[in-house]
Amino acid sequence: MKLLVIEDDRETASYLAKGLGESGYTVDCAGDGREGLFMASSGSYDAIVLDRMLPGMDGLAALGALRAADIRTPALILSALGSVDDRVKGLRAGGDDYLVKPFAFSELLARIEALLRRGSAGPTTMTLRVADLELDLLTRTVKRCGKPIDVLPREFRLLEYLMRNSGHVVTRTMLLEHVWDYHFDPQTNVVDVHVSRLRQKIDKNFGRPLLHTVRGAGYCLRAPD
Amino acid sequence: MVAEKLLLPAPWPWPWHFVAQPRRLVRTHAFRLAALYFLVFAASMLSVLFFVYWTSANFVERQTEATLDAEITGLAEQYAQRGLSGLVQIVAARSAGDPGDAMLYLVTDPEGRPLVGNIAGWPLGVPVRSGWLSFTVEARVHGHVAAHPARGSLIIIPGGYRLLVGRDISDAAAFRNRVKLTLLWSGLVALGVGLLGGAAMSRNLLRRVELVNRTSETVMAGNLSDRVPLDGTSDEFDLLAANLNRMLDQIERLMTAMREVTDDVAHDLKTPLARLRAQLELALIGPADAGAQNEAIRAAIDEADRMLATFNALLRIAEAEAGGGPDRSETLDLGEVARAAAEFYEPVAEEKEFTLDLAIEPGVSISGDRHLLAQALANLLDNALKYARAGELEVRVCRSGEHAVLEVADRGPGIPEADREAVFDRFVRLEPSRSTPGNGLGLSLVRAVAYRHHGTVTLVDNRPGLRVRLEFPALAA
Repeated sequence: MKLLVIEDDRETASYLAKGLGESGYTVDCAGDGREGLFMASSGSYDAIVLDRMLPGMDGLAALGALRAADIRTPALILSALGSVDDRVKGLRAGGDDYLVKPFAFSELLARIEALLRRGSAGPTTMTLRVADLELDLLTRTVKRCGKPIDVLPREFRLLEYLMRNSGHVVTRTMLLEHVWDYHFDPQTNVVDVHVSRLRQKIDKNFGRPLLHTVRGAGYCLRAPD
Repeated sequence: MVAEKLLLPAPWPWPWHFVAQPRRLVRTHAFRLAALYFLVFAASMLSVLFFVYWTSANFVERQTEATLDAEITGLAEQYAQRGLSGLVQIVAARSAGDPGDAMLYLVTDPEGRPLVGNIAGWPLGVPVRSGWLSFTVEARVHGHVAAHPARGSLIIIPGGYRLLVGRDISDAAAFRNRVKLTLLWSGLVALGVGLLGGAAMSRNLLRRVELVNRTSETVMAGNLSDRVPLDGTSDEFDLLAANLNRMLDQIERLMTAMREVTDDVAHDLKTPLARLRAQLELALIGPADAGAQNEAIRAAIDEADRMLATFNALLRIAEAEAGGGPDRSETLDLGEVARAAAEFYEPVAEEKEFTLDLAIEPGVSISGDRHLLAQALANLLDNALKYARAGELEVRVCRSGEHAVLEVADRGPGIPEADREAVFDRFVRLEPSRSTPGNGLGLSLVRAVAYRHHGTVTLVDNRPGLRVRLEFPALAA
């Protein structure tokens, strides 16, 4: 997997290159918008991480130019600007995800993985399956080992998101954004409680657990080895 | 700041430096206004005075001519009836009459030799031509002789004889001079008064403008609490001063608030930074095994995350307070926002043994920003779950007149009446020990969000517990 990091701050760029490199990606770096656009135009990257404020050419402008050239490489925008307006602007310009600086590296990694999966999503299916857990998007029912499990509508969306990203870490912030559309961090561990309720329903009484807590990062739903 | 204040000159009651610098005085608006005023005043007064003089002088002259006309008509009738000798007789009689009426008569032969009359001879230098004449006569007044101006008419009688009828007009001339002098003096006095009045007016104007200038200079030098003195007349200057003072009040309030916030931020972030530093220092001097090092790094990251969360909360508040940027307001069902937040918190509430009570009146809509309202509501629920320990937790949405009301009520310890204003300030936490996690920014954001939506937030005693009441302008149902 090849990633392009467009970031003018050297320290951040080398921090990203090092972290992503250690996570098994091949990373190229560009120091300004023009250079980044030039490198991204080859279309040979699997994902792009770009800073919003760049010398030479603004990050959003570079992204716009890339999209205008019909290059659909998934892009994650990094920005120091965190208001909802800025987020909306970034996504409108062609960004696929938006992360506010400063961020935890685990958060960035989880989001990049989610972007890469989105790029390679298989044929749309009406049933999501992880091991013996089954989620039917049409009838909105959940079964494990063939036994139906009662879930509330919000729990259904939570489970759907976890299953779509099965095998990968999803962070609490990602859950807040995608399941509840909340763009702030609550002071109490609300997300944890929701997840543990869901865990009660899908994992209790079923032998091997599927839903795991990843310390310092978030959660991961995966089939037992 | 104190030193700067001392450097400023004391407020002067009078702008003397304008007097000391005449060119500066001339450049002032007040002076120009006064000068223009004075010129217009002087011109109109001069024209009035001239008119009065001219009318009165003219009137006296007309009267003299009318008298002379009547006299000549009388004499002409006598001549027509009785011929030259009759005329000579009547002129002689009239010349001998009362000298007080100042009438002058003279009849001469064609060579100008006097035949009869009360003038000694044909006046020198007066042309022999019928019509109106001005000449001088020698008159004996109080025993000495003086030349008096006279006005008269000459009639050439057939045969070349001349009849001169005139009048000594020295009295009229004196009257005219008197009028001239009176008008001149009164004009001078009036001009003097105008000049003084104009100067006084412009000085008064200057003085008041100077007061404003002086205050703004003091304020610019850093003394934000200085104000323009009012003189209680409620005129335009007083109004201007009052408005300036209100503006200064507002600026001072904002500056103070900003200074307080900056101080608070610096103070409240110093503590966790010091803690972070201590943790890292301890890790450095502590045991070198990987496990302990990792633990220390993790703790440091947590500490940094908490600080970042505080910064984010501050930025959110600033964003809500600034109210700038594009308006994201949309028509929102307040009940839906409340229901979603309550549903989000319901598992935590249940886990902590709260009973969450939802009372939502349908169709209560406001124009608002969903994200900001959701966060405000989340902060209130966070607070209730944190401080109330257990019991009933109520979320209520209803309409009250023109207002949409959103309430979050708990059965916790509540907030003493004296602190109900202070808790909205940034970093204010009532727990002295600060054992509960939190940054003291929750209610500050709630208030900022309420203000952003042109609403209010009040804290009410829930007997027991706290009831936070948000009121927004409601949209028509």
